[in-house]
Amino acid sequence: MSETKVTMPAYVPPPPRRLLEPHRIFLIAVFGVIVFCAIYFMRWDWLPKYQTRLLYGIGETLFLLFSTAAVGFLLALPIGLVQVTGPWPLAALARGFCTLIRGTPLLLQLWLLYYGLGSVFAQYPEIRQSMFWPYLRDAWPYGFTALMLSFAAYEGEVMRGAFAGVPRGELEAARAFGMNRFTMFRRIWLPRAFYRALPTLSGETVLQLKSTPLVATITVVDAYAVITRVRQDTFLVYEPLLLLALIYMCLTGILVLLFRYLESRIPSRGA
Amino acid sequence: MKHMIKAAFVATAVSVAAISGAQAQDVKVGVAAEPYPPFTSPDASGNWVGWEIEFMEAICAEAKLNCVITPVAWDGIIPALTSGKIDMIVGSMSITEERLKTIDFSDKYYNTPTSIIGAKGDDFEATPEGLSGKILGVQVSTIHAAYADKYFAPTADDIKQYQTQDEANQDLAAGRVDAVQADAIALDAFLKSDAGACCEYKGNVADDPAILGAGVGVGLRKGEDELKEKINAAIAAIRANGTYEEFSKEYFDFDIYGG
Amino acid sequence: MAVDAGFLNLNLLALSPPGWGGVLLEGFAASLQLAVGGFTLGLMIGIAGAFGKLYGGPILRDLLEVYTTVIRAVPELVLILLLYYAGTDAVNALLGLVGLPRVDISGLAAGIFVIGVVQGAYQTEVLRGAIKAVPPGQIEAARAYGMSPLKTLRRITLPAMLPYAIPGLSNLWLIATKDTALLAVVGFSELTLVTRQAAGSTKAYMLFFCAAGLMYLTLTLVSNRVIAIIEKRARRGIAGPV
Repeated sequence: MSETKVTMPAYVPPPPRRLLEPHRIFLIAVFGVIVFCAIYFMRWDWLPKYQTRLLYGIGETLFLLFSTAAVGFLLALPIGLVQVTGPWPLAALARGFCTLIRGTPLLLQLWLLYYGLGSVFAQYPEIRQSMFWPYLRDAWPYGFTALMLSFAAYEGEVMRGAFAGVPRGELEAARAFGMNRFTMFRRIWLPRAFYRALPTLSGETVLQLKSTPLVATITVVDAYAVITRVRQDTFLVYEPLLLLALIYMCLTGILVLLFRYLESRIPSRGA
Repeated sequence: MKHMIKAAFVATAVSVAAISGAQAQDVKVGVAAEPYPPFTSPDASGNWVGWEIEFMEAICAEAKLNCVITPVAWDGIIPALTSGKIDMIVGSMSITEERLKTIDFSDKYYNTPTSIIGAKGDDFEATPEGLSGKILGVQVSTIHAAYADKYFAPTADDIKQYQTQDEANQDLAAGRVDAVQADAIALDAFLKSDAGACCEYKGNVADDPAILGAGVGVGLRKGEDELKEKINAAIAAIRANGTYEEFSKEYFDFDIYGG
Repeated sequence: MAVDAGFLNLNLLALSPPGWGGVLLEGFAASLQLAVGGFTLGLMIGIAGAFGKLYGGPILRDLLEVYTTVIRAVPELVLILLLYYAGTDAVNALLGLVGLPRVDISGLAAGIFVIGVVQGAYQTEVLRGAIKAVPPGQIEAARAYGMSPLKTLRRITLPAMLPYAIPGLSNLWLIATKDTALLAVVGFSELTLVTRQAAGSTKAYMLFFCAAGLMYLTLTLVSNRVIAIIEKRARRGIAGPV
C-alpha cells in the first residue's frame, strides 16, 4: 500500500460527501472527453437502421423480465412455505428443486429445455398435432420457462428465510385471537414475510435482468440478439457491445430507482 | 518472503517470454467451435476432423507453417481474427464484398451451390414465393443469413438465426422451422444422417454473386500479404500435385473445387 | 428415432472413444481451472479494491465505485464478450506502444481474466463489508503493539474478517463455477461447449445435457460441504448466534 503513515488507521467512515467535489468535476470532465471520443471516433452510422428493431428487442427483454419475475415470485411463495411448514415429502421436493436449479448454469438449463426437451416433443406425432404445438415450436416458451424456474428457485430460497424469520410470538398471538390457519397466513404470516423479502427483491430482479440475454442463444429476439445481429452485419467489435452495456446499465438504474420508490411507498412498520 | 516473490515474478516473466517466443512461428488457425460436418467437427477423442481439417493440414505442410487449431465461436470469428486471437480462418467462409471490407481472403479453395431443404411431404420451391408464410432457419453471420434477409424476408413468416448450422438442422427435424438454407454439401451430409430422414432437398436458390460470393477462401487479416502469398502458393501446389484430389475423394464423389 | 435410442445409450458416455465421457471430463477440468483461476484473480482484485475503497484517496474511491457499479449492472454475457475480445486487443495495443511484439494470449488466460474482473467487483463489495465488520479495537490494539500496516493486515485484519466474508465469498465461488458456462458463447472449450458439441454430433441432446448438469450439480454439492467445513473452522472462538 502506498500510505506513508506508519500505522494503518482502523476504519473510520469518511465524512459525508457532496456530489461535486473538485476531483469529481475533474473525473466527470475526463469521462466526458472519453464519451465524446467514443461518439466522434467510433462508427455509429448503423444506429438509425437498427433503431426500430433495437427498441422492439428492449421491449422483448423487459417483457421477459417482468413476466418471468412475476410468475416466478408467485411460484416462490409455495416453494418457500412448504420448506418451512409443509409435510416432509413436499419440503424435500422443494429443497431438491432449489438445489437443482441453483446448482447448474442457466445456460445449460436453457439448452436442455429447448434442444433436449424440444427434440423429445418432436418425436410424438400426438404432440405435433395437438393445439399446443404452435406454442411449443416457438422459442420463447422455453426461454420463459427456464428464466421463470430460475427466478422461482432463487426467490424461493429467500422466501423460505423470510417465512422462517417471522417471529413465532406474532403467529401465536394470531392464533390466540382465534384466527384459523388460513386467515393467519393471509393476514399475518404472508404480509410479514413479504416485507422481510422486499429488500432482496430488487437485487434478484436486477440479477434476472442480467440473465435475460441468455435466451438469445435459443433464437429469441431480445435486445442482445438485435445487437448480435448488428455485430454480424457490420463486423464492428466494440461499438454495438458498448451500446448494449449502456442500455443494460440504464435499465438496471431504472429498476433500482423504481424499487427504491416502491419500498418508500410501502409502510414497513417495525419490519 | 520478498525474495521468493521476486523469484516467482522473474520465473513467470521468463516462462511467459519463453512461451510467446516459442509460439511466434505458430499460426493459429481459427475453426468454428461448433460441429459443421463434413467440413469441421470434433470427434469423441476431442480431435478436429473433416475435409477442411485435412485441407488445412495439407496447406500448412506445403507452406511449412506450424498450424495450431484454435476453436472460436462462429459468430465471433471475424473479431477474433482482427483482434489477433487467431491468424487465419479455415471455416467454410465465402469470399464476399461485405467481408472484404473488413478482412482479406486467399484464393478460393472450394465452391458449392446454396440449397434449401424442408420436411418430406411439405411441397414448396426454393423461391421467395415458395417460402411465403414459412419459417426459414439459417446460421448467423453467414452468406445464407444475408441472402435470406434480402430475398426471403419480405414473404417468409419468420427467419430464425441459429448460432450453429447443426442447431438449425436439429430444429428442422424437430419441426420448429419449415425450411433451412445452407451450403449444399453440409445439407447433403445432414440429409444422409439418421436425423435427416425427416427431410428432403427442395432446390437451389437463384444465384446472387454479390451476396453469395465467389467460393470459399482462407480468411486473413488485412495487410498480411506474406502469409497470403504463402497460402495461395500452397493451394495452387496441392491442386497441382494431386493432394487435394486425394483427400477430397475420401469425402465426396464429385469435384468440390467447382468451376 | 435416433434421439430416443441416444438417450438410453449410456455407452456414449464411455471414457474412451467412441464414448464422449473423456471429452466431457476434459471440459469439466477446463471449467474448474477457469473457476479457480477466476475466483483467485477476483479475490486479489477484491482485496485491493476493498482496501482502496476504505482507505484510498477520493479519486481512487470514485474510480472503484464506477468499476463495481458498472460491472454489477451489465450482464455477464455482455461483459464476457467485451472483455474477451477487448482484453487481448488492449494488451497487444499497450505492448505495441512500448515497442514490444504481440503476445499470444491463450483462451484460458483470457477466460480467467474475464471471470476474474467480473468476480473482482462483487468480491470488493463482500470484502469491504467484512473489513468494516472487524471491531476497530482489534486493529487499534495491533497498532499499539507496534505492528506495521502489512503485518496488521496479515495477522489481524484478514483473519478477523474471514468469518464475515466467507458466506459472501462462498456464494461468489458458486457463481464463478456457473459463470464459466458463459464462455461457451465465445467458443472456449469448457464443459458446456463440449457438451453442446457432443450433443450435436451424436444427437443425444437429453443424455449429454443431463450428464453435464449432473457434473455441475456435483461440483456445487461438494463445494457446499467444503464450505461448511471451512466456515466451521473460521468461526472457532466466535460466539455463535444465540
